[in-house]
Amino acid sequence: MNGRWLRRAASLKPPRKGAAALAPPLERAQGTWLLAAAVLSVVPHGLWLPAWLYAVCLLLLTWRGLLLWRGIRPPPALLLLALSVALTVLVRVEFGHFFGKDPGVALLALLLGLKLLEARSSRDVRAGVLLCLFLQLALFLEDQSMAVAALALLGTLATLGTLVALADPAGRAGEHLRSAGLLLVHGLPFMVAFFVLFPRIQGPLWGLPADAFSARTGLSDTMSPGSISELGNSTAIAFRAVFDGPPPAPSERYWRGPVLSAFDGRTWTAAPSVEADAPFYTPEGRRFDYTITLEAHNQRWLLALDYPGEGGPLVRFTSDHRALSARPLQARARFALSAYPDARIGKAESAAVLTAATRLPEGSNPRTRELAARLAAGAASHAELVERAVAHMRASRLVYTLRPPLLGAHTADGFLFDTRRGFCEHFASAFVVLMRAAGVPARVVTGYQGGEINPVDGYLVVRQSDAHAWAEVWLEGRGWQRVDPTALAAPERIEDGLAAALAANGHLPFILQAELAWLRDLRHRWEAVSNSWNQHILGYNPERQRKLLADLGFSQSSALKLAGLLSGVSVVMFLILYGWATWQRRAMDPVQRAWMRFCARMSRVGLARQPWEGPLAYGERLAAALPDQAQDLREICRNYARLRYGMPGPGDSLHTLKRQMKEVRVP
Amino acid sequence: MRLTASVAAALRQSADRWLFRVGAPETAPIRLIQRRIYVLPTAAGVGFGVALAVMLVTSINYNLSLGYGLVFLLGGAATASIVHAFRNLLGLAVRPGRCDPVFAGDAAGLRLLIDNPRLARRPALRLRARGQMSAFELGPAAESVVLLACPTERRGRLHIGRTLIETTWPLGLIRAWTVFVPELDCIVHPTPETDAPPLPDDGAAAPGAGERVREGDDDFAGLRAHQAADSPRHVAWKALARGGPMLTKQYGATQGGDVLLDWSALPPGMDDEHRLSRLTAWVLRAEHDGRRYALQLPGKHIAPGLGAEHRDRCLHALALFDSATQAPRWPR
Repeated sequence: MNGRWLRRAASLKPPRKGAAALAPPLERAQGTWLLAAAVLSVVPHGLWLPAWLYAVCLLLLTWRGLLLWRGIRPPPALLLLALSVALTVLVRVEFGHFFGKDPGVALLALLLGLKLLEARSSRDVRAGVLLCLFLQLALFLEDQSMAVAALALLGTLATLGTLVALADPAGRAGEHLRSAGLLLVHGLPFMVAFFVLFPRIQGPLWGLPADAFSARTGLSDTMSPGSISELGNSTAIAFRAVFDGPPPAPSERYWRGPVLSAFDGRTWTAAPSVEADAPFYTPEGRRFDYTITLEAHNQRWLLALDYPGEGGPLVRFTSDHRALSARPLQARARFALSAYPDARIGKAESAAVLTAATRLPEGSNPRTRELAARLAAGAASHAELVERAVAHMRASRLVYTLRPPLLGAHTADGFLFDTRRGFCEHFASAFVVLMRAAGVPARVVTGYQGGEINPVDGYLVVRQSDAHAWAEVWLEGRGWQRVDPTALAAPERIEDGLAAALAANGHLPFILQAELAWLRDLRHRWEAVSNSWNQHILGYNPERQRKLLADLGFSQSSALKLAGLLSGVSVVMFLILYGWATWQRRAMDPVQRAWMRFCARMSRVGLARQPWEGPLAYGERLAAALPDQAQDLREICRNYARLRYGMPGPGDSLHTLKRQMKEVRVP
Repeated sequence: MRLTASVAAALRQSADRWLFRVGAPETAPIRLIQRRIYVLPTAAGVGFGVALAVMLVTSINYNLSLGYGLVFLLGGAATASIVHAFRNLLGLAVRPGRCDPVFAGDAAGLRLLIDNPRLARRPALRLRARGQMSAFELGPAAESVVLLACPTERRGRLHIGRTLIETTWPLGLIRAWTVFVPELDCIVHPTPETDAPPLPDDGAAAPGAGERVREGDDDFAGLRAHQAADSPRHVAWKALARGGPMLTKQYGATQGGDVLLDWSALPPGMDDEHRLSRLTAWVLRAEHDGRRYALQLPGKHIAPGLGAEHRDRCLHALALFDSATQAPRWPR
């Protein structure tokens, strides 16, 4: 190890002034560290970057790897310049603009790749490290799951390792890793304290670029045949709910999404509705209080349990009895809501809404119209008509399936009379067409139905595969009444969920298959963990912070108080670290420690060891000063020299040295 | 421009005196205890802080909980690196080492002995003094000699002066340093005059007047058995290479008489430094030729002699000759 500085210091030629400021060339270990950090920060972006761009980034990283290990010549500066201009132009072509999250991330990733290729000085490496950090942060814009967090932790370790390697070019990679790991461990308490106590501000601070939150899977505000069965294959979680008391029965779990009443013969769309701060009906009957945690879907609807009652100040209500958020949900969000499943809604519905709810396109579905006329003949009331229609549908042996055959121009006719196989949107759509043809106001409601209680944490989990469509008919004096035609063909769908309803068909997504009980159990556990991650780590917001601090006894915490508390905690942690740094006496070699103690003891009787005195010479001097113990003293010093400087004899040990030292009597 | 420079120099001096308590040379060993070590962020550290601030604002704007986490973790590691940098210097002991005299114009090798009592490596340390820098590291529980090469311009005593040991390990974001003045100096001999005239033949002959080529000056005179003190230049390498014994070549000039190298015998118009330079060249020449020589300076006489020790006494006297008092100043 001493050879290293010797080599560097050996040339006595005085260096030119300012030569020290000139950066030394990069060592291979430093380049490798930076490459590792870059790989860890670029590779996860593959899920979101355009494929060609990702390929270019990987190519640049591979090129860098070849530069490092194969020693090929670095690309000339002119080529790099041309490459960066060309890639910038391509990014502009791909995204159409430069301002926004996606082109920003793309440029960062390309810049990092190019920077690696021209990395020659420590300044280049530092710039590369900062780019890596920005890319890791950009990863959180897309995904904040535990896996991504673990990846970011690894990436942070690699960036710190790069900085250590930069500061200590002579060290080995293992030493760099150890130092970086130790720093990370020492940084963790600061992270925890700042995470909890740093005054949280609800963003955004300014307008976000338009593409900040791209489209997500979930319900849309239109419905055509096949649009919901598409979701049936997705096991992604739509939202979670936890009830204050016992949850409602599975058959009552209708989570209300867009209400669709305009129909063009194929596609259902929402009709405009009025918004207010309170529900448009009089709450009555049983009440369920619950907290819903919605995954981001970039829409305003809250998918509240039927029928939504009062919620927090941010919840709005519509005249078709949906609950809305004030802003589109661009991030996972929590709302406290209530539901009145027994309430009567829309008893005094406006004539315009009712007229719209009986409108059908001219000349569509002639056979369904004919059926409606037959059913309507002799029916005393709308209620009876509905019963007859339900009975007819039950009798026609319709099959519930995730893979319905394609339908022709007359969708209701095709489903009711020809294919007889369909998913919930086919059932709901055909039933509403039938009702409208018979003159009963009816509409389609989309949303989710059911959900599964996770036994681990008690949360009700609703997935995209629980997406559902049902019908509402309006009856004089009773208002809007829910009719779920799917329940007629497949009652298990409502009671036990999609898995039970489709078990016979075998077209289920893998993890919904019931027989894999152990897998199900594992999934429950995993989802409970990731739910608590979402609730406590990702969902930690100003409100939660206030609540936590109130629980800890800091009520009415202002930002100033928080800052004070945070600085206090930081100072304490810093002092602990400082204590660790200065605490080093014990870390000495035990032989050396024993020797130091011995020397200190001798110095108390005026026989201090001189700094230039070796142990043997010191032994001679001690022997001369204390002739009655000359032999013992000489032996101690020789024993120490042998133990310390390499050639211990068979009888030498720390133990004997200590014993000999103890046996010496000093005047 | 000159004003700002002098203000900066004055500020540095007062900072040295009041903040860093730098003054007279300290006696060895200088132990780097807590209150001797200072820390401040480097330029890279300031840049890192700015980047973290940008990342924090981004996290707030997009409500990125993990973004907060990342920023705080990096901030925590950077904070911990303050202590790590400080700890990298803590407990080191510095002692002045050997310093061989050099001729003005050559680089002086100033050596410091630095002891690391801790059983852990001390990586990435730098020693700075007199505008020069030397990078080094210390092994676990090891003492190392750190060499600092300093260019010299003038003869005399080159003092190491204000010395720094610094480190930016582990992250390069924080610089920890310590300032001290070790008791270490280097004797700088006058530069030997190039193309100096031949040695004054004897005390009577004025140099430069009627130079007589003395025959046999560099003539090979024979071989004798090698002694440890003989210059390697005079070893008969060819004889050795043939497998013979180690022999030393003897030259005819060794038979010449004593030379008196006299300050006052030099031409009267010559300036002092030029005189010293010529006397130095003559000392070296006489030594090389194996002729006994004496040195006569104003207020100082060195009796005739020959050999490394004698030569060093003479060169020392020439190095420290104080022309103002016309008398050599002797080291303490």
